[in-house]
Amino acid sequence: MDNNRRSFLKIAGITALAGIGAPVAAHLSSSPAAASAEAHGAPQEGHEAARESGKRDGVRLGMVIDMRKFYGHPEMLDKVIAACDKAHNIPHIGNKKSEIKWIWKAPYANAFPDQSVAHSSKTIAENDFLVLCNHCDQPPCVRVCPTKATFVLEENGIVAMDYHRCIGCRFCMMACPYGARSFNWEDPRPYISEYNPDFPTRMRGVVEKCTFCEERLALGQQPACVEAVKDCGAIVFGDLNNPESQICQVLAKENTIQRSPAYGTKPSVFYIV
Amino acid sequence: MIEKALKGNTIYWGWLALLLALIALGAACYIRQFNFGMGLTGMGRDLSWGLYISQFTFLVGVAAGGLMLVLPFYIHDYKVFGRLTILGEFLAISAIVMCLMFVMADIGQPIRGLNMILHPTPNSMLFWDMVVLLGYLTLNVICGWVILTAEKKEIKPPKWVYFFVYVSIPFAVSIHTVTAMLYCGLPSRHFWLSAITAPRFLASAFAAGPALILIFCVIMKKLAHFDAGKEAVNKLITIIMYAAIINAFFVCMEFFVGFYSNVPGHLHSLEYLFFGLEHDGHTYNNLVPVMWTSVVMCFAGLAVFSYMKLAKVQTDTLVVLGCTLTFLSLFLDKGLGFVLGGLVVNPLNEVTEYYPTLNEILVSVGIWATGFLLVTLLYKIAVAVEHEVEA
Repeated sequence: MDNNRRSFLKIAGITALAGIGAPVAAHLSSSPAAASAEAHGAPQEGHEAARESGKRDGVRLGMVIDMRKFYGHPEMLDKVIAACDKAHNIPHIGNKKSEIKWIWKAPYANAFPDQSVAHSSKTIAENDFLVLCNHCDQPPCVRVCPTKATFVLEENGIVAMDYHRCIGCRFCMMACPYGARSFNWEDPRPYISEYNPDFPTRMRGVVEKCTFCEERLALGQQPACVEAVKDCGAIVFGDLNNPESQICQVLAKENTIQRSPAYGTKPSVFYIV
Repeated sequence: MIEKALKGNTIYWGWLALLLALIALGAACYIRQFNFGMGLTGMGRDLSWGLYISQFTFLVGVAAGGLMLVLPFYIHDYKVFGRLTILGEFLAISAIVMCLMFVMADIGQPIRGLNMILHPTPNSMLFWDMVVLLGYLTLNVICGWVILTAEKKEIKPPKWVYFFVYVSIPFAVSIHTVTAMLYCGLPSRHFWLSAITAPRFLASAFAAGPALILIFCVIMKKLAHFDAGKEAVNKLITIIMYAAIINAFFVCMEFFVGFYSNVPGHLHSLEYLFFGLEHDGHTYNNLVPVMWTSVVMCFAGLAVFSYMKLAKVQTDTLVVLGCTLTFLSLFLDKGLGFVLGGLVVNPLNEVTEYYPTLNEILVSVGIWATGFLLVTLLYKIAVAVEHEVEA
């Protein structure tokens, strides 16, 4: 665990350097991708593996959700969701039409609509699954945005949002094959139950979604959802392009699935079911 | 020439007053929406485009429909349409203004609309749609105004304007093609993810646009002694019939693909629109009457036109009847069914039905009234110039 935590913090630190202190990172090494490769001491393999599968070079953050650890513990799902809601000032508007959600729970049939649910096991049928933005390698939402208000952070592959540039056309919501995006149909501020001064609130008329907690990564912290269940390690977060990262080791060992991979989006969130 | 719009009888001024009242009502509703947010509409997280965008889509078609007058006249030198091309151009101007208003009404932060230009994004089809719509608007303003001015002075239009006329022809096709591309390139929206979307849009546009122009022609014949000419009307009806039949054929192809392949994604929207969609023990069918009305109107319109052709009769009543049926049919099909049907099943396989709110409907009425105001003023000018030249 210690070892994993250290390797995680390394990635987080580099991400932070690349993101927040771009000039510093540029000074330390020619590019953020090179910086990450150096730090992990595996420059060649990592990059070739990335190129072979046609993926983005450099750090690409991803997540493995080990659903086995959530089965029979719906309170753990709620804990994860509550942690995210609190960290990001997510309003609880209380009607389905206007709701805002970054990470939420859905039955298997809804989370994985392309997978068969004929004769599904009791576990699959009775448990809810966590769903969130997949931070795709080929994000359709970024492709359609007319103002570049949503974009891929080159240094870590996060699909980020600029709430100040978004014009609220909701084209990204049309394009997202995972329903991961929410629109502020009205002023969200009156509906924030517990205000967190460390994260901006949003105004009405803009789209928002999970950001893989880029603001926490910059401080060397894990995403709020990962931290909420860190006791049992139910969510593993890290660099998908670094074969030595904990997440890659988990992926190499366990059989995982992604949500609707047939759309060619290359999601960065994996599930052990 | 603008002064010509300032002279009119009581009917003219009464009509303008009615439109202005509706515009004021729409504006008041829009201010409510602007102050509260888009939550005042019937749209929501799972169905986040509604009446505004669907009518925008339909009106792009109406704007493109003017091509069916411009193309025969300028490319094939079909002189019979000589008096009508200006109507096509002026209708295109009004329709595009409505389109732009519908887009502005639909975005959550209209104040930031200029971000589309300040941060141009060539990979977004919405960016290209803005480019071609503004381009087509400009071309029609130039062509319409220059040609009408020349007509007023009873001289030939300057040669350079023909360059813009010819450029406007592919632009008319492009506006509806790019508008279709807003929809048909989205990975998880199965109903829209069809290569037939753009051809279908064009076919319905080439029926709906001319149908509206013919309705206006009959109205102007009664109220302003403007005669489009029997042959022109007859030829336009032929064009409308072919376009409506091709559109219906394309819709039938969608039915075949959906029902024969039995792939749920292709099937669900059609089931919802025409038969009702069963989901978790509930049937969702609020658009079924709308879509069947559209089907019946489409065939009724074709029947009226066929009768006119076969019996060789052409009365104003029949023209208006056939055109109204065709126009409304296509409005229900594309202006409601296409967008809402495509959104009824969300990416998580949940079903959400859409009901527009009164506020949203009144904003839409206000935008339509603005378009009609514009088209009234422009047609008034065009007809006045024509009368002046004749006299």
